[in-house]
Amino acid sequence: MAAPQRQRSVARRSLLALVVLVAALVALLAGGHTWSDASFEPKLGLDLKGGTQIVLEPRGTSGQSVSADQLSQARDIIVQRVDANGVSGAEVTTQGDRNIVVSIPETPTQEVRDAIQKSSQLQFRPVLAVAAGTPQPTATPSASGSPSASPSPSATSKATPTTASSASPTSNSAVPQALSSAASPTPTPSASASPSATPSPGATSGTTGSTPKDPTDLAWVTPERQQAFEAFQCTTANLEKIQDDEKLPLITCDASGQVKYLLGPVAVSGDKISNATAGYATNQQGAMTSEVEIALTLNSAGASQYADISREMVALTEPRNQLAATLDSRVIVAPRFNSAILDGRASITGGFTLTEARGLADQLKFGALPLSFDVQTSTDISPTLGGEQLRYGLIAGVVGLLLVVVYSMFQYRLLGLVTISSIVVAGLLTYLVVTVLGWAQNYRLDMAGVTGLIVAIGFTADSFIVYFERIRDELREGRSLASAVETGWNRAKRTILVADGVNFLAAIVLYVLASANVRGFAFTLGLTTLLDLLVVFLFTHPLVALLARRPFFRDGHRWSGLDPRRLGAAKATRYAGRGRFTTAPGVTASTEGSRA
Amino acid sequence: MSSFADLGNDLYTGARSIPVVAKRRVFYLGSAALLVFALLGLVVQGLNLGLEFKGGSEFRVSGVNTTQEFESRARDAVGTIGGEDNVNVTKVGDNTVRVQTSRLSDEQSTQVRDALAKTFGVDAGNVSATFVGPSWGASVSGKALQALVIFLILVALVLAIYFRTWKMSVAALVALIHDLVITAGIYAWSGFEVSPAMLIGFLTVLGYSLYDNVVVFDKVRENTAEAFANGRRSYATAANLAVNQTMVRSINTTVVAVLPIIAVMVVGFWKIGPGVLLDLSLVLFIGIVVGAYSSIFIATPLLVSLRRREPAVVELGKRAERAQAKVARQQSAAPAAELEPADDADGALVGGGGDAAEREEGATITGRAVHQYARSGPRNQPKRPPRSKR
Repeated sequence: MAAPQRQRSVARRSLLALVVLVAALVALLAGGHTWSDASFEPKLGLDLKGGTQIVLEPRGTSGQSVSADQLSQARDIIVQRVDANGVSGAEVTTQGDRNIVVSIPETPTQEVRDAIQKSSQLQFRPVLAVAAGTPQPTATPSASGSPSASPSPSATSKATPTTASSASPTSNSAVPQALSSAASPTPTPSASASPSATPSPGATSGTTGSTPKDPTDLAWVTPERQQAFEAFQCTTANLEKIQDDEKLPLITCDASGQVKYLLGPVAVSGDKISNATAGYATNQQGAMTSEVEIALTLNSAGASQYADISREMVALTEPRNQLAATLDSRVIVAPRFNSAILDGRASITGGFTLTEARGLADQLKFGALPLSFDVQTSTDISPTLGGEQLRYGLIAGVVGLLLVVVYSMFQYRLLGLVTISSIVVAGLLTYLVVTVLGWAQNYRLDMAGVTGLIVAIGFTADSFIVYFERIRDELREGRSLASAVETGWNRAKRTILVADGVNFLAAIVLYVLASANVRGFAFTLGLTTLLDLLVVFLFTHPLVALLARRPFFRDGHRWSGLDPRRLGAAKATRYAGRGRFTTAPGVTASTEGSRA
Repeated sequence: MSSFADLGNDLYTGARSIPVVAKRRVFYLGSAALLVFALLGLVVQGLNLGLEFKGGSEFRVSGVNTTQEFESRARDAVGTIGGEDNVNVTKVGDNTVRVQTSRLSDEQSTQVRDALAKTFGVDAGNVSATFVGPSWGASVSGKALQALVIFLILVALVLAIYFRTWKMSVAALVALIHDLVITAGIYAWSGFEVSPAMLIGFLTVLGYSLYDNVVVFDKVRENTAEAFANGRRSYATAANLAVNQTMVRSINTTVVAVLPIIAVMVVGFWKIGPGVLLDLSLVLFIGIVVGAYSSIFIATPLLVSLRRREPAVVELGKRAERAQAKVARQQSAAPAAELEPADDADGALVGGGGDAAEREEGATITGRAVHQYARSGPRNQPKRPPRSKR
């Protein structure tokens, strides 16, 4: 009798695990409600709750107008950014041939707004000089490793117009055009940088004189620039005024404002990044290390540029062997080259956490668009579907549920109660998880989501039906109920696992690869599939296993739904092949081993 | 009710059997007809893409004094112009109403503008008209399609590995495409606009169809594995038995899945009219019913058709034939060995143990008839007379 005892305690433990899970979710929610902004109701989506509509007008960073092609590209990038903020079900459309309209459920937080409208010009620029970002008593600290005196006077006359811009307090808007036109006579440096023309530091740039040859050339550091750089302070106000021209050097700071940089012109622009991922770096042996890295993949044009610049820079001295990645004209990272990177696969390591790295990778990946966005209007919009739809939808759900109850009582008699309580438990879990996710992940239920959950009743019920039918099959083979429950479970488990596995696979693939609404759907599908498994494993099976020991079910009462007589149980032992017997009820114990 | 349970019993034991596999040509023909019908719908009627996909016209009525019932008022106003049934009405801010319709011609849009101005009692200058781009643009569809293709390849691999034959993957995918085409075709005939909700429903159908097929195929796998092991049934018979054994499950599942959908559909039709609820429930209803049909009547027969010529399956068929012939011979040798009427179920419940093999009814494996006394087991002692008689 040891085995049944063990099974019973396993069943009890499963039920206990479920109770603990529910309690944990409730506690999490209550905690979130008390100390944070969690609500006890699921968050509703745009079509049910209304939200905020933000009209954005894209603007080229150097003032040029935006083509229709760029507009749709911009739309796609905004969709990606919105998706990166959780599963909110925001809507992004283009309006006319100028604007992008973003509709976000409820009132978006400032971070979300920032994330959406942020300009996203990513550039790689070589570092020419580095200094502390805040003013210090002594003029130039050691960090300004650039041989500051080197540039010849002739260089000054040539590359004049730029420098003042960053320091000058004059207004923003008119300057870009002026800058770009002024910049045009200077020899275009970056992209075509020939590897042959590698300047040796310091001396070369001095002797070759006036025209800086490539982005790393110290000839860019004219006395004016040097001055402006030394005078520059990393304050927000200053940073906002930065004028960014990719053909000219740039004075800027890192995100924390503690280090300021004098950067050369753009060596590789960000639209050449094809992918960026964050993860733990691997060492030479291929083993995982604890260092977080961002792995960049560049497209072929980007790869060859990157190869040229890295080949050149790896030979330079500190800090000129650093290549800064700037986003919105701020340095996000300035890693140094340890070796030339020829295959377009760069890896950036250095002191960030995995979360930071993920955020950076997203910025790098999505930040390929040389546009920034002006907010034109931001207004509240009403729900498109109104409360009526939701109310009727819920009524329909309740009616549907009642029908399911009636049908399963009809089919499975009292066993139907197990179905119903399982569905109730699944509903409770779904409610809790959806609410928790609404808080943590900004997961919102829109009408399609609500309908999806109603439909999920069917999926969830199916697992029970598969299971019950297997139990009945085993009873028909002539097993006792206790053994039928176990063998039926072992077989049903496989079916349920593989069928749910297929659904879960669909959810994962769609979630990872698709965008917008499809992603929301995938999330709901994955969620309901997981909850289904959870309920079957932790609730339905243990409950049935425990009930099977009650006399009412064990003796096959005619209302139990497990009455062997009604099920036409085999009344005698049959040889079932492969050395197995199916046996009459009551004698199963002797042959159970051979069957399992 | 009891007849349903009986049906389940009979289907399980094989006493009653629906010749799904044997009659497969009929089902193939039926499906072919349905597919032609659906394809005709897609070609002739075409899918009526909503403004979420094509973009459309947007009107903004500003300076509206009373926004009460703005939705129905706006709908009516637009409805007077052309039979527009897919109109999106939203209130933006406090006093602006936004109306989105499918793309209108200049003339129509002037008319709508005037109608809206009249309805809301504002100057026509306060109604702005612009074109809006699709919110579900080509890139969203493209990405979704790419994800789908990758998913289908993955799922084919997973099924091929799990079931250890690529033919199950093929059959499952064919059934899946069958379901999707028919669902799309019927939806096209219905003339409803394709909305994002409808596409979501489409994806649900996809999941459901695969799920259903996997459940049936798992039983097929179990039965055919047993058949390969003991050689009692041919592949086709074993597969057919599997379909029959899962029939009750399929019916129950479909009913349970469809009941809430019918509820949603009725409520949607009765109370709300065209909209997300109706779109979704219609797609799901068609999809789930067709999915259940195809998992029973298309997928498994197709699998049998695909595997029919495999040497192992042919060999199994021969073995099963021999086994059947043997059983037939035994039965003619022992006509008395019919199944007993169902009267000793209680006895079996309480009944004593004993060597299982000897409880074989009527005949042993070798076909030798067993004497009545010998059937009830080894403890076949003469009965002791009751105490009173002693």
